[in-house]
Amino acid sequence: MTLLRPGDFLLLTAGGFVVVGLALFSWGGGRGDTAIIRVAGQVVETSSLARARLVSVNGPLGMTQIEIQPGRARVASDPSPRQLCVKRGWLSQAGDAALCLPNQVSVEIRGRSAAYDTLGY
Amino acid sequence: MTRSVIELPVSADDRRIAGLAAIAIGLTLAEAAIPSPVPGVKPGLANIVILLVMLQYGWKTAAWVSLLRVLAGSLLLGSFLSPGFWLSAAGATLSLAVLAAARHLPARWFGAVSLSVLAAFGHISGQLGLAWLWLLPTAALVKLLPVFAAAALLFGAINGFIVARLLAADEQAKRQSSPCTPL
Repeated sequence: MTLLRPGDFLLLTAGGFVVVGLALFSWGGGRGDTAIIRVAGQVVETSSLARARLVSVNGPLGMTQIEIQPGRARVASDPSPRQLCVKRGWLSQAGDAALCLPNQVSVEIRGRSAAYDTLGY
Repeated sequence: MTRSVIELPVSADDRRIAGLAAIAIGLTLAEAAIPSPVPGVKPGLANIVILLVMLQYGWKTAAWVSLLRVLAGSLLLGSFLSPGFWLSAAGATLSLAVLAAARHLPARWFGAVSLSVLAAFGHISGQLGLAWLWLLPTAALVKLLPVFAAAALLFGAINGFIVARLLAADEQAKRQSSPCTPL
């Protein structure tokens, strides 16, 4: 008997497909194509992630700057004391979000299919 | 006062199961010393023994060896009844269930590698299934699925290949020791 039989190759290939399928399913998530910027819960700007631009919005503490580059977005500067939303870094996956709670600003990335029905902050 | 001696009859099967389980337990202990980046991702060397036992002595013996391995291994490692023990037991149980079905695959087409890979996938399914139901019923586990599946495929294939090699060597040794038997 040979060490590897025809069915073994078939099964190994099938296993490979399972692994790739799982990776796409659980890591793919879908890249986002739209950034939704909210101030105090109200959408103030819906911007495509197609080209680079800088969006400035005003919250209770002052101005928050959101930088958009092809395929990703981030909070570039914010007056919030702990800078959590700035430290969140670049957002690119659908469902990613950066929240600047003291300044009541949020940036959320949306894909073609929404990862969540709704997000409550 | 009478001294009574309780004697438990020990059959040849019992001795064989004990010896094989001891080998599997030894491999489990050796493997526990290997550091792993993700808990639960291990080569599963004891599964080499389980699969060999199944192919040589049948599924029932393999089930005994596997469950004794989980029990005694956890006692020696001090993880008896801990979450890790239950995850291990769930993995071993589902792996045995998969093997019970997979051993009926035509041997002409599917060798030890197939059985080993299927058993490895059964193992992680049991582990992750229990972990998901009991410990982490959140989406976090989903992110680890591909890592576990890739490990199962890789280690399942390697272990299966080792089993196939051992079986081939065994067959060859038998053939050489009795050259008169018609092949």
